[in-house]
Amino acid sequence: MRNGLLIDYEFCTGCQSCEVACQKEHGFEAGTWGIRVLDEGPWEVDAKTMNWNKIPTPTTLCDLCAERTQQGKLPSCVHHCLAAVMKYGPIDELVKEMDKKPNQVMFVPGPYICK
Amino acid sequence: MTTTPKIDSGIEDFKNDLGKPWRYEEDGYTVTRACAWSAPGCHPVGCGVKLYVNKDGILEKVEGDENQPITQGRLCMRCLTLTDFTYHPDRVIYPMKRAKEDRGKDKWERITWDEAYDIIEENIQGLKEKYGPESIVVFGGTGREGGPMCGPYGAAMIGTPNACYTQSGYACYIPRVAAGTYVAGVTYPEMDYAGGLPGRYDDPMYKIPEVMITWGKEPLPSNGDGFFGHAVIDVMKRGSKLISIDPRSNWLSTRAVYHLQLRPGTDTALGMAMLNIIISEDLYDHDFVDKYCYGFEQLAERVKTMTPEMAAEICDLDVDDIYGATRMYACADNAAILWGLATDQKANGTQSGHTIIALEAITGNLDIPGGQLLGDVSDSLGDLGFGWKELGPELQNKIIGLYEYPAYVGMVLNSHADLTLEAMETGEPYEIHGGFIASTNLLAGTCAAQPKRWHDAMVKLDFVFAADCWITPTIQCCADVILPLATYAERQSMVGTHYGASPNMLGAVVDAVKVGETKGDLEIQYELGCRLNPGTYERFKDFEDFRSEFRLGNLGMSYEELREKVVVQRNVSYKKYETGKLRPDGKPGFNTPTGRVELYSTMYKQFGEDPLPYYEEPQRSPVSTPELMEEYPFVLTTGARTYAYFHSEGKQIPLLREVNPDPLLEMNPKDAEKLGIIDGEWVKVANEFGECQLKAKVTPIVKEGVVHAQHGFWFPEEDGEEPHLFGVWRCNINELIPHKFVGKLGFGAPFKCVICKVEKLNK
Repeated sequence: MRNGLLIDYEFCTGCQSCEVACQKEHGFEAGTWGIRVLDEGPWEVDAKTMNWNKIPTPTTLCDLCAERTQQGKLPSCVHHCLAAVMKYGPIDELVKEMDKKPNQVMFVPGPYICK
Repeated sequence: MTTTPKIDSGIEDFKNDLGKPWRYEEDGYTVTRACAWSAPGCHPVGCGVKLYVNKDGILEKVEGDENQPITQGRLCMRCLTLTDFTYHPDRVIYPMKRAKEDRGKDKWERITWDEAYDIIEENIQGLKEKYGPESIVVFGGTGREGGPMCGPYGAAMIGTPNACYTQSGYACYIPRVAAGTYVAGVTYPEMDYAGGLPGRYDDPMYKIPEVMITWGKEPLPSNGDGFFGHAVIDVMKRGSKLISIDPRSNWLSTRAVYHLQLRPGTDTALGMAMLNIIISEDLYDHDFVDKYCYGFEQLAERVKTMTPEMAAEICDLDVDDIYGATRMYACADNAAILWGLATDQKANGTQSGHTIIALEAITGNLDIPGGQLLGDVSDSLGDLGFGWKELGPELQNKIIGLYEYPAYVGMVLNSHADLTLEAMETGEPYEIHGGFIASTNLLAGTCAAQPKRWHDAMVKLDFVFAADCWITPTIQCCADVILPLATYAERQSMVGTHYGASPNMLGAVVDAVKVGETKGDLEIQYELGCRLNPGTYERFKDFEDFRSEFRLGNLGMSYEELREKVVVQRNVSYKKYETGKLRPDGKPGFNTPTGRVELYSTMYKQFGEDPLPYYEEPQRSPVSTPELMEEYPFVLTTGARTYAYFHSEGKQIPLLREVNPDPLLEMNPKDAEKLGIIDGEWVKVANEFGECQLKAKVTPIVKEGVVHAQHGFWFPEEDGEEPHLFGVWRCNINELIPHKFVGKLGFGAPFKCVICKVEKLNK
């Protein structure tokens, strides 16, 4: 079973702790990321509604914190997420979680199959 | 220590560090659990951290401590990058001196602590003898331990009455504290987020707020005044509904049921209209008003003068939204208002605060679960007043502004910011000759209005010393000695939510590493105090004895005991107005002259202020100065916080800088189109008071006719010497904020409501 990241973007506040926690965990310098927060907005749907979603998106460098998870720790992004909107685990369990509320997205990072 | 289950994060049985002791060994690291506070700056949330120190004594990484009951392992980027802050090559880690003739130049020379203290003692004692102790001013900031310690640094350590937070009108926190004090006899009613309850949100004593209002506050990046901002998200996940009152759309306002996007500076009109609706529709708590409020009839009469329709016109809002939001707030079983810095940042701010306290009171939301939590009478701003008595009446009466603004100066024991600048410039009421820059970068568009005036006044001082982690532009231009300040990983102290004034938690600040020869504010105050003003410190056996009274006085616990527990949640009780815990005499009621929440404030009256809230236009606005709007067509609001920085701090840290590389001016796409400005273009922002350059961020989050400017930028990578001073003047939005546009009691200044023009930089 593959592991993934489940993200509730209804409540992701865009704090970018995931980005920096990842950079620190992996020793990445500025300009290199294992996860980035996609800024989907802000744009006006109508005069009273602003669309604005922040969606943490793993990059090709995301290894789901293999070293940490082997030691029984959570991936650093999940651990530090200020809004506590990230979950890590086997995808079948995450799928069950996904069914509980809308506005969630699951990522299953891994090496590209095309290379 | 209660081990609270981690909130909603992780669905599997991952091992974590719940239940670990305050210090333990792991994989070659010594791990120290502690609470984060100062330096880096932040308001005192006391986020839980685990400090990983390697065999060579180097702090290698910082993680969030899941044992901390409020933050539960969560941590923001400013603490995640603490190692980069700690070991940055620019960081000051040894005492340094510079010849007076070399001020403004990068000619610092390492010295010992003894030599630094000798130089300070010789110069400060010399100035005290020659011109009197009042000729020395402590310049205080915010977010570091030296912020609230500004008063003790002055009165106790130096022996001067003139401790000064240099923001015009003390337009940060204190105007709200004034409204709390003079209307309800309480320090700071904060939303109750169960921070002091062992079971947190599931504690049987607690009830999730049905409705929250964020009013001029963006709590998520700011953690304002020690409130853990993301507690808002915790309770929203549990069902709380949100109303946002803010001139900008921020991410949080897009999750609100109502977003009242009012014109900057008009909050009091809205507050009065909300009171009007609640009273006229009989939505108030009769029982609470009858038993615990004073002056309800007068308030009712006053708010009749502000109909919702008038407020809609003034605030540029849809009147139906005012009605809808007000009813939603008033009809909730329990509701909380999170009042923000915007309350303070206008001359009419004390009145805004007054309306907010009145709303909380008449709806019966004061001191109930999930409403507004009040500190009891023994919870206090611990630093306030330390050393004041020992000054004696003659020096006490010399504090600048006592006669002009007694409600300000007497309450916070700070010299009045605007009058202090005038004293430095004019020598009236007496000359100022010495200064101590205590953790403030006041020139960098952080707090001081008209910072060039402050610069010109500060460089004239005979002797200036500073305590900081960095050579800031403020220090570079005028300091003669700098004392290297420790981070929270290098010192021993204590952190309490809301500076100790709110019953949530107290945490231990623990020294996990030694870096250079840094010291914390507490040690500096004690060691230098013993030299400069020994009388005040004689009663202490040693530093530890001083620390236990100054920091741990109310706790009944030694530092070592606190360190072992890491966090202590404080006992929470509700409806303390019934139990006598709000008054020093133990009688039920509130700590005001009438014993009630004074909707009609007898203390405001005594100070010559209107005892009831009233609306006043900002001094510059489309309504008050229509003749200026052709030249300056935008309303300018400044200073919204970001995750990357605490005000001017953090610009050297690459991982933070890449999140917010340049100072931004947010402007509406329609305005940008009219001016031919494109996103990312540098623009000139100017008004009658000053100008600066910012990078345009074209975005619909501000309405047409409103722009928002980021603050606190300087450029540590640029030339640090005079006159460039790390580029501190180029993007300095506070140059556009006028001097002494304060309210009647001396509080509040228009950092969030002036006017300006915006031009393309290269026409």
